[in-house]
Amino acid sequence: MLRIEDLRVAVDGREVLKGVNLELGASEIALLLGPNGSGKSSLIQTLLGNPKYRIKSGRILLDGRDITDLPANERAALGLGAVFQMPPKLRGIKLRDLLRRLAERSGADYQSLMKMAEEMGAAHLLDRDLHVGFSGGEVKRAEVLLLAAQRPRVALLDEPDSGVDLDSLPVLGKSIRSVISQDGDRAQERRSALVVTHTGHIAKYLQATRAFIMVDGVIKCYGDAQAILRDVEKYGFEGCLNCIFAEVRRD
Amino acid sequence: MNEVELEELRKRAEAALSKPAAYGPDVDVTQFSVPPPPTSYEEILSASSHLLASVGVDLTGRGSAGTYLQVDEEAVEVEVRTPGLRVLNLQQALEEGIVDGYLWRAVPVDADKYTAAAELFGRRQGYVVIVERGAKIETPVQTCLLMSAPGAIQAPHNIVIVEEGAELHVVTGCLTMMERAGLHAGVSEFYVKRGGKLTYTMIHAWDEQTHVRPRTGVVVEEGGQYISHYVNMTPTASLQTDPKVWLVGRGARAYLSSVIVAKGDSVMDVGGTVYLQAPDTSAEIVSRAVTKDRAEMIARSLISAEAPGVRGHIECDGLLLSNQSRILTLPALDAKHSDVQLSHEAAVGKLSEDQIFYLMSRGFSEDEATSMLVRGFMEVKLEGIPDELRRQIEMAISMAAAGL
Repeated sequence: MLRIEDLRVAVDGREVLKGVNLELGASEIALLLGPNGSGKSSLIQTLLGNPKYRIKSGRILLDGRDITDLPANERAALGLGAVFQMPPKLRGIKLRDLLRRLAERSGADYQSLMKMAEEMGAAHLLDRDLHVGFSGGEVKRAEVLLLAAQRPRVALLDEPDSGVDLDSLPVLGKSIRSVISQDGDRAQERRSALVVTHTGHIAKYLQATRAFIMVDGVIKCYGDAQAILRDVEKYGFEGCLNCIFAEVRRD
Repeated sequence: MNEVELEELRKRAEAALSKPAAYGPDVDVTQFSVPPPPTSYEEILSASSHLLASVGVDLTGRGSAGTYLQVDEEAVEVEVRTPGLRVLNLQQALEEGIVDGYLWRAVPVDADKYTAAAELFGRRQGYVVIVERGAKIETPVQTCLLMSAPGAIQAPHNIVIVEEGAELHVVTGCLTMMERAGLHAGVSEFYVKRGGKLTYTMIHAWDEQTHVRPRTGVVVEEGGQYISHYVNMTPTASLQTDPKVWLVGRGARAYLSSVIVAKGDSVMDVGGTVYLQAPDTSAEIVSRAVTKDRAEMIARSLISAEAPGVRGHIECDGLLLSNQSRILTLPALDAKHSDVQLSHEAAVGKLSEDQIFYLMSRGFSEDEATSMLVRGFMEVKLEGIPDELRRQIEMAISMAAAGL
């Protein structure tokens, strides 16, 4: 569904992605793990079309279509959606208004979104300016609601669990799960997701099938999500660096 | 007023006729003529009905407690539909002797050449609105000042009196429909008595040919409130105004918001000044300025703290949508007593690329994202007004944003 080929990207002249190859299948939920500064967020921003991230070489394909040079809004129209790790504050733009506009475009049911906001404990955020004065956890809840309103075919979630207290994690995890595993209008339109997580806390709610480990701007290895999470817990990302299977499929 | 008093005013005005204003480009007031009364207002009104709607004036008078409509220097409609309320033109109010203690008391007649011109060239037109003691008028009084005669001066003198414990909403729409330069030098004097409340909404839609110099003075007594919302939607040759509010009674309060769009070659100098002269008074001044093209915008604000226990806050933000435009914000705090709380915040800049990208990643085009952010920037807290009026102001702000 989403295919990334030898992607090299620089931001402010500094190379942050150094030849990334990654493939995400239809209705697949994959984790993207890696130490701080390894390029995970850079990959998400590049996939979304952030103009600050300059693509030096490589391609991004969505359903076989080359989207490498498309502006962000056209990528969104083709089905990319995101949960930002650190979204900007949008003064004067209410969460509710944004949800309504997104729902009008995507055909998402506005009432269901309101219900979801209620269940997530985010109803009090609806009439506030988006992300202005939101706590870390509130930012994530608002982002997940916006993602739901977009009904993306490929969801890119950048650390949806960072800044979230452990008590709120199950509700958030369940909501994300419901957004990305929801069937589309047709059964074959199940959604895919690439989830960046530093801690892996969110992983158990998502039933991810695969995990990728990114180190220093490249995918070092990938394989069964549970096996990789277990190894990372045991050996840390250091272990991955020294792993003889690096850049070899392990499943 | 007796002849002696009127003569005294005339003399002071004559002496000030060449006195430039402290701020804003200087305009030669003598080059503008006093327009003759038009022969037919129907034509003018029907030609401008959509413009009037854009500044919130409904000629049918629906949803308003009273109406005052002035074309050039002629009051063409003065109507009141609510008990406890009087709406009349200044000439009539002077004849009845009901504004004697109020004329030129909140604005000095010799403040500058524009107040002088209003006194000397104005034809004693302008609205007088008086709410009787304790009357709470929930629907707004709508007033409209329309300029139609080319090369002319319009100098209405408005007086609003909110008696003790009364409440009033006034919404004023001002606009021009002419092709040659004109000068609007309106004087407004507002008096809010003990425990009274006045909300004043002003929506301006002038044109590139018009010079605008409103002069406003407001006096608020103990426990009274003055809340003003100002929206300027269109390019204007030049606009300079600095409403002054005196809070003279304990616990009085003022809130001034303004949303100013300056584009084309507009030169705008918009201020707001509040004097906290009694204990426990408070003021908040909020302004949002958006510039485009080659427009120049100065946003001034001053809160002067002159009594113990007073509080004041200024928030003035500017957004530049072009490299050729300019925004100068001058928030000023003047403390003349130690037991005061004064603060200000100001931010000026362009739209952030991060914000535009964020909205684009959610599927909005760059143009959509930009207009959403500009509209968002122009959002101000609209307080103390009925829902219908709130919608009207929001619509005016949206129209102003859409024109950018």
